[in-house]
Amino acid sequence: MEYEAVIGLETHVQLNTKSKMWCGCANQYGSEPNTNVCPVCLGLPGVLPVPNDEALRKTVLTGYLLNCEIPRFAKFDRKSYFYPDMPKNYQLTQYDKPSTANGFVEFEFTGAGSVNGLARVRITRAHLEEDVGKSTHFDRHSGLDFNRAGVPLMEIVSEPDITSADMAYAYLNALTEILHQGGVSDCDMEKGMVRCDVNISVRPIGTKELGAKIEIKNMNSFSGVRRAAEYEIARQIEVVKRGEKLIQSTRRWDDVAGITEQMRTKEDAHDYRYFPDPDLMPLAPTDAWLAEVKTKAIELPLARKQRFMRDYQLPAGDAEVFKSNVALGNYFEGLARQSKNPKAVANWIINNLLAKLAELNAREKSEQEALGLEAADLKLSSFADLKFKPEALLELVNLVEAKTISSSAAQQVFAEMFDSGKAPAVIVQEKGLAQVSDTGAIEKFCDDAIAANPAPVADYKAGKAAALNSLKGQVMKLSKGKANPALVGEILERKLKG
Amino acid sequence: MLNQLTISELAAKFAKREVSAREATQACLDQIACVDGKIHAFLSFNAAAALAQADAVDQLISQGGSGANRPLLGIPIAIKDVLAVKNQPLNCASKILGNYISPYDATAIEKLKAAGAIVFGRLNMDEFAMGSSTENSAFGLTCNPWDITRIPGGSSGGSAAAVAADECIASLGTDTGGSIRQPAALCGCVGLKPTYGRISRYGLVAFASSLDQIGPFTKDVRDSATLLGVMSGVDRRDSTSVPEPVPNYVAALDGNIRGLKLGLPKEYMVGGLDPEIKASVDAAVKQYEKLGAEIVEISLPHTDYAVAVYYIIATAEASANLARFDGIRYGARVEGNDPIELYSKTRGAGFGAEVKRRIILGTYVLSSGYYDAYYLRAQKVRTLIRNDFLKAFETVDAIVTPTTPTAAFKAGEKSGDPLQMYLSDIFTISCNLAGICGVSLPCGFTQNPKLPIGLQLLGKPFGEETMLKLAHAYEQSTAWHKEKPSLKF
Amino acid sequence: MASAEINVKYVAHLARLALTPEEETKLAAQLGNILGYIEKLRELDVTGVEPTAHAVPMVNCTRADEVRESLSHEEALRNAPRQANGLFIVPKIVE
Repeated sequence: MEYEAVIGLETHVQLNTKSKMWCGCANQYGSEPNTNVCPVCLGLPGVLPVPNDEALRKTVLTGYLLNCEIPRFAKFDRKSYFYPDMPKNYQLTQYDKPSTANGFVEFEFTGAGSVNGLARVRITRAHLEEDVGKSTHFDRHSGLDFNRAGVPLMEIVSEPDITSADMAYAYLNALTEILHQGGVSDCDMEKGMVRCDVNISVRPIGTKELGAKIEIKNMNSFSGVRRAAEYEIARQIEVVKRGEKLIQSTRRWDDVAGITEQMRTKEDAHDYRYFPDPDLMPLAPTDAWLAEVKTKAIELPLARKQRFMRDYQLPAGDAEVFKSNVALGNYFEGLARQSKNPKAVANWIINNLLAKLAELNAREKSEQEALGLEAADLKLSSFADLKFKPEALLELVNLVEAKTISSSAAQQVFAEMFDSGKAPAVIVQEKGLAQVSDTGAIEKFCDDAIAANPAPVADYKAGKAAALNSLKGQVMKLSKGKANPALVGEILERKLKG
Repeated sequence: MLNQLTISELAAKFAKREVSAREATQACLDQIACVDGKIHAFLSFNAAAALAQADAVDQLISQGGSGANRPLLGIPIAIKDVLAVKNQPLNCASKILGNYISPYDATAIEKLKAAGAIVFGRLNMDEFAMGSSTENSAFGLTCNPWDITRIPGGSSGGSAAAVAADECIASLGTDTGGSIRQPAALCGCVGLKPTYGRISRYGLVAFASSLDQIGPFTKDVRDSATLLGVMSGVDRRDSTSVPEPVPNYVAALDGNIRGLKLGLPKEYMVGGLDPEIKASVDAAVKQYEKLGAEIVEISLPHTDYAVAVYYIIATAEASANLARFDGIRYGARVEGNDPIELYSKTRGAGFGAEVKRRIILGTYVLSSGYYDAYYLRAQKVRTLIRNDFLKAFETVDAIVTPTTPTAAFKAGEKSGDPLQMYLSDIFTISCNLAGICGVSLPCGFTQNPKLPIGLQLLGKPFGEETMLKLAHAYEQSTAWHKEKPSLKF
Repeated sequence: MASAEINVKYVAHLARLALTPEEETKLAAQLGNILGYIEKLRELDVTGVEPTAHAVPMVNCTRADEVRESLSHEEALRNAPRQANGLFIVPKIVE
């Protein structure tokens, strides 16, 4: 019997607000332990939570980005369980009335479960809750830092539409790309801003009933999720094939050993005693508020990629670059709209501009590090700092198109405009890079080249067509690169055949 | 005897420079020294700090500072041990908080301080405000100043006793199901529970968040109006505080209640109501008629369900509210081999019997499989109770009832039977469930022994002005509020 | 009045409350009594009645996303039963 995996993901994402969810403490990573804390987020006696409106806005914005419905009534509930990293011993979360529900994420995926290179995972809900503190484990004790406690945390629950480890990986990348580009979360994995719980079960292919759900908790890397899912699917199939029964349980991924292992079971783990938090009033978003939030919704990365391929006839690779780098994509689109040859614009940006910028950044980095700057304080140039105007790139493309300069001359022009910011036409003039299309002049160069290179001439006449290239090179050299290469070819051929 | 004065009387003396704030504060401290050994209203107080505050006030006055915008300038006010005062202990009369010192002020306390009050002392109460007799304090009983063999009521028993025994000029308490009005009635002072959302709850250690309100204990209705005015208003730190304008409550006390309609709920004048209390309330109703009010019989048909609804909602909320007392970040810890053991031992040792009882009940009604049967149903019946009041208020301006079914009972009399104790809150509980305002004021005494009787007025949501006007008119037409306990022990 | 059964041991564990056997027995009896009293709510027909979670109906009570001053590190740890290196210390958390 063949088995298939059924995977659902619960993804927790920290929102990038300035302050925490219920209090004015800074939502800031990397501070000294217990310095971004106040009576509210420490759960001292007598305090009350007051919801951060920006966190609510970002949650609903996420709803729009994930094609969700936005219910006109939402509320916060208390979820009770004791844990040392949770100051109140209940977590405020949206239990049965979340701020968003019933959406989906569409993303590029070519494995099983995809159609035309795309896959779709339905989103049950994206709801708002609060993060807990961070524990550090020592020999016999654990230490608690509550800086993270009360940071707004969004939980995005997917339907069990994922059928493989690779698909889970692709989904997570697509989801976080949307949230990051959408301005909702910085999604910095290194800083623990995205964590997920993976629910996996297996069933015989063709059956509908779900197997026992096994949850792998607290994954903090996507490659970890992929490896853990691969391991766990194989493990479950093996168990079932042995004729044993799987029971609903919680497991932990051991990244070093590359295995999942059973966590200590909590018999009361699911008696959370949810009830509406009496300290927080319900949410009833108004039309005006929703409309305002909706204006913040970006074009989704996938839609943008598809549009770039359609509108600008870009190959998928180029469009992918502009999808994942929003600033670059915007830069491109600003020029592509004005250009007859968007593909050439894309080439210049991807092949030349990116390389030059990387080169510049590397130089800036070593210079600044030599001055003793820390990694976080480095100031590196970006698109906003380019010395030349975006239109200059357009001009350059046009010069090449019009055959005013050769492509090798264009490289020189680009290097100069990148360094000095001068307009391409000025550079062409200053450096005398304009292409020579004067037949008389080229004839003269050709005659000189034929006279000086009897060997290739003989080769060509003996039928070696490739020998012409060597002669062409000589002509270009004599013209200092300015001769129109097409004309050179024509004239040489005529002279040699004649 | 400066400690016997009301806020308005003392303020008048300050204005005329007849006495100093130090003298007033010292008078309170002297009274505490004299009677609190028997009454035990205070859990602790810092005399030096109180006098320092008083000296600061005196210095301000001597430099020409006026009390113009500071209606409580120099007034010593004592605080129930459930409200956070910066750098003072906060124990909620429980062992579980250990040596906890609050690093911040409750909003109500901040407002008292801004109005010039001398905020001092921690007043005894039932542990975490759970109780009706102050017998549930982990730190001993508070005695009723009228008869020290009797309880002062609860949970704000210390707040009521301290005012009744003139150990302070006024005090603050909290009311979740009658915890201000009931002890005020049993000790013979004025106790006000404002409309839910009128005063910020920030800094009030929550018992039942949807029911709790802070309120004053005073020697007359005018003082109650003054303190309400100081403490009211929306607070950015409490999202359940209501952005309703704060009227001049004192100005509303004009004595003219002619034509106002007072509802008399038939459901409140039955059952275990003590005949002397009934007689006093009947007399008060007659007095109101004399003063020109119109008495209308009304019905609050779901009254009989209030206690049951209350004990589900209040305990459910409390079970979560009290989860934070776990010995991790503050409080008295009992070590364990792992966090679970630490929690259980800490909480098992730190909480008293009544608190444990309510945590268990509240946890149970929320636990898997019982939510709909208990909590959700209770919330629905709460709607019916609230609607009863809103409907009544379509025809009447306020409602008049007894505050308690009996006068102060003997210590130990009901402590063995929690349900009987719960049922003694029968007249006060509905007010919190409906979220309306209520006040208890003296309306007579039982004969033998002489114990105070309280009259309860219930007002519309944010109807404190009218309610206090009615209370004031009655008070000023009688002399009950002027009677003092002998304090001869 | 019917006396409802309550599994005190289970509920006390949920609430992380260590109880002595005597406390358990006593609580079971008292709570049974109280729950019996609470049963009277079943008399009422609450079909179609909306639950009241808040005494005053309000919605969308939020605050602006502004950073305000936190407690000083010393104040934050002032009441800690046990601390080291700026952390609150507890027995080792085992998952």
